[in-house]
Amino acid sequence: MSTGNMNLTLKVWRQKSTKDKGQMVDYKVSEISPDMSFLEMFDVLNEDLITKGDDPIVFDHDCREGICGMCSMFINGRPHGPKDAVTTCQLHMRSFKDGDTIVVEPWRAKAFPVIKDLTVDRSAFDRVIAAGGFISVNTGNAQDANALPIPKAQADAAFEAAACIGCGACVATCKNASAMLFVSAKISQLALLPQGQPERYKRVQNMVAQMDAEGFGNCTNTGACEAECPKGISLENIARMNRDFYAAKFISEEEG
Amino acid sequence: MGSIANAFSSSIGKKLIMGLTGLFLISFLLVHCFLNCFVFFDKTGVLFNEGAHFMATNWIIRAMEVVLMLGLLLHIVQGIRLTLENQAARPVKYAYNDGNANSKWYSRSMGLLGTLLLMFLVVHLSDFWIVSRFTGIEHFNGGTPVDASGHEDLYAVMLAKFSHPWRVILYVLAMISLAYHLLHGFASTFQTMGWNHKKYTPIIKTMGVLFSILIPLIFALMPIAIYFGLGL
Repeated sequence: MSTGNMNLTLKVWRQKSTKDKGQMVDYKVSEISPDMSFLEMFDVLNEDLITKGDDPIVFDHDCREGICGMCSMFINGRPHGPKDAVTTCQLHMRSFKDGDTIVVEPWRAKAFPVIKDLTVDRSAFDRVIAAGGFISVNTGNAQDANALPIPKAQADAAFEAAACIGCGACVATCKNASAMLFVSAKISQLALLPQGQPERYKRVQNMVAQMDAEGFGNCTNTGACEAECPKGISLENIARMNRDFYAAKFISEEEG
Repeated sequence: MGSIANAFSSSIGKKLIMGLTGLFLISFLLVHCFLNCFVFFDKTGVLFNEGAHFMATNWIIRAMEVVLMLGLLLHIVQGIRLTLENQAARPVKYAYNDGNANSKWYSRSMGLLGTLLLMFLVVHLSDFWIVSRFTGIEHFNGGTPVDASGHEDLYAVMLAKFSHPWRVILYVLAMISLAYHLLHGFASTFQTMGWNHKKYTPIIKTMGVLFSILIPLIFALMPIAIYFGLGL
């Protein structure tokens, strides 16, 4: 598997705090195994920085198995780097060549302010979810799984939308820093299922209003979000959100 | 009603206005293109002038001209507004952004292409519309404003205007901008309206590509045909 260790040049965004202006800083890393993940390569660099008494580079990460949505690096001009359908933690150094220069930046959006270095504040997403990305049910005994028949295709489409891990790659790559792919996935996963129906039109109005209030840009259908999404969330979700939004605003009598 | 007004100020509503006005302008392009095709079939220009006469005197068309101007204005104003908002949504730009890895250059350059088209429209309207409506066409036609059958001789204006090679080149370049603008805009409108469907979206996309190539191509052939004296 290993094709010999690699020496790389990294250009990394360093920013002390939200208020700091920030700048790109060059680092050399050597003896990097091609089997390391991109984050493990950063761990090696940080160990090195700590040994030298420098401030280590702050970056977000949690599960490191591609399901939590925490990692968020803009690598060589693309969110989560050059591979399709992977998160940064699942990107391996074998995707790069010995001697490469790699540019690493944080997600860039007004709604995602940089906290430090490569870590951004994505609580705007949490507030969009809090505005309606849930169903209100009284808890009790779980009902029988077959009590609510749901066609297979419908369940699959809801599941595909629910695969969104909320990492923000869609916002990061969109030329307008629009959050429509994320918001539409969170609306679709409920709109496609019977449990989501009672609050369907209230939900879409409130979540879209919160998305706008957070300062995300407007969608221009370039399709970059869909192409870069590590979970393959489809543009069909944005069309579904648009339909639900029109139905809510122009047909339903329910206000958000 | 409050809900409806507030729909159009939301991000989705603003997109919808952009898409619907765009679709309306697409329908205008179709009419404009078909009517102008008369230039290919009659070198005397009588046929073309008759078409232009119908367009200038039919009251439905004249009323639609006002709607067209309003639609165009809305498309432009909304486009500028969206562009400014979208730029503000990313105050710090990336040092390196590989846009071509995930999207087409023209889908990311609608503002630029639209600006080029607006500049072309200024030239185009002053070439024909202003001449026909305001400054008069007599001096393009040896002192008389009408052709042999008594219709306003816009064809003579066309012959005079397209005798300059720079104008022919300008029109052809503008039609290339139009082609790319439509290549994104046509299918994008349907996505914005929520028409994303496994059965219909491939048809819409194919129609979009055909429309985006054919209509600007036919338009571009008009100044070329007149400059080189081609046609029937």
